[in-house]
Amino acid sequence: MSEKIRKSVSNPEVTPVEVIEDLALVKNAQAENLKADLDNLLDEIDSILETNAEDFVNSYVQKGGE
Amino acid sequence: MQEFSRRIYGLENEYGIMCTLKGQRRLSPDEVARYLFRKVVTWGRSSNVFLPNGSRLYLDVGSHPEYATAECDSLLDVVAQDRAGEYILNDLRIAAEERLADEGIRGEIHIYKNNTDSAGNSYGCHENYLTSRTDDQSRLSDVVIPFLITRQIFCGAGKLLMTAKGPLFTIAQRAEHIWETSSSATTRSRPIINTRDEPHADAEHYRRLHVIVGDSNMSDYATFLKVGSMACVLRMFENPEIDFRDLTLESPVRAIREISHDITCKKKVKLKNGKEMSALDIQRIYLDKAISYSERFGFNEEETRALQMWEHCVTTIESDPLQLETEVDWVAKYHLVSRYSEKHDISLGDPRCHLIDLQYHDIDPARGIYYHLRSKNIMKSVCSEEQIVAATTQAPTTTRAHLRSQFITAAQLKKRDYTVDWVHLKINDQSQRTVLCKNPFKNVDERVQKLIDSL
Repeated sequence: MSEKIRKSVSNPEVTPVEVIEDLALVKNAQAENLKADLDNLLDEIDSILETNAEDFVNSYVQKGGE
Repeated sequence: MQEFSRRIYGLENEYGIMCTLKGQRRLSPDEVARYLFRKVVTWGRSSNVFLPNGSRLYLDVGSHPEYATAECDSLLDVVAQDRAGEYILNDLRIAAEERLADEGIRGEIHIYKNNTDSAGNSYGCHENYLTSRTDDQSRLSDVVIPFLITRQIFCGAGKLLMTAKGPLFTIAQRAEHIWETSSSATTRSRPIINTRDEPHADAEHYRRLHVIVGDSNMSDYATFLKVGSMACVLRMFENPEIDFRDLTLESPVRAIREISHDITCKKKVKLKNGKEMSALDIQRIYLDKAISYSERFGFNEEETRALQMWEHCVTTIESDPLQLETEVDWVAKYHLVSRYSEKHDISLGDPRCHLIDLQYHDIDPARGIYYHLRSKNIMKSVCSEEQIVAATTQAPTTTRAHLRSQFITAAQLKKRDYTVDWVHLKINDQSQRTVLCKNPFKNVDERVQKLIDSL
């Protein structure tokens, strides 16, 4: 977020609790966590995915809408 | 030109439907639609009804269930009401599957909140913004169209497209299906803005800007940003002190595809004035204008929140668009598809990758991939489970939808025959009493109260 906007608007999502010394470090840690979460999801995605992928996808035919 | 202290928003989604057994198609979409709407017809004696939450639910052209949110004057309301539509349709799905089982038909029903099928048909997600009758419509188009073409970089839903050169991951589902900038057409030749003049309000004062270029979003962060950033642009447009640079694209229809085909978001497209700019450059221009507008005139609280999200997305895309996987649908889907293909050493053209592309949009929480991301808090959400569940039965209390909701609830309770649409509330008895509600901002009305009291 730019300084310009930070002055004029308050961010309802963010409450500054304490000074975070190394923002980049925190961000990297968050990114790593996220990557791990996605990896977990990828591990279980095969159990969620419909079987017979090719037929399934090809069966999905609609009429045009609106 | 009129500036709105409050604005009415609405979202319409057409859903795709299918019934399969072990991957094979079991029923046609027409038949699925009939099963899905059995419960609706029993409740409302029609397959075209207004629900107690103020929304409209009906079967549209091509057997698509369509859910149109109630009139909302808050971004959070419109996001919650839109997601409530998914919950309502999921309930219909459960009831329809039970009926299928009762009749001895084996099969599962799938409902997708997306915009394309595997044969290249498209169906839409339409946005409505209340605007002023006095607006210069051609200037409005000039101002918003370059914005609408380029905003896909943060509100596209992503699509694995089969091209002559092989599979290509693209940003927007609708990009391939738009053929004009503005017209009154919908199915024949889809425009970015539909100019059909149906304000569903006092036509002397209002118009309804009907945007049909957008993708259906699963991410509610993206839905909030999509409607909220447009609300910021409209507010600037309505201020006579604000001038906009001419960013008219040389070929809007070509540009929307070129932008969709570039996940770096940085390739240049041609402007009419001969210059070249990327989608990101164009969004940065609108965003900077909104930031300085915010300093000079201020936006309301929700618009300000949308502005912050808009700035977060544009700034992140400037360094790396693929960092937006917790906010933006196309980025989340891109990571899923590309990492799945790496993990299994298959090409993006593999049916399993296409299945992920499709199943991301399944609205059954057990099957839908987006719903799995949401339940694991991998994707950011702007409204709570409680807000969504409440929105399935409660209309926004601050708009005309509140009146419609009260009327429908009372008439259902008293078992009276009634007819409603966006502006009319009518009792179908000998007196045929009708109340016309032309002001969408008005949530209290003596005439409606009298009508309800007389039931």
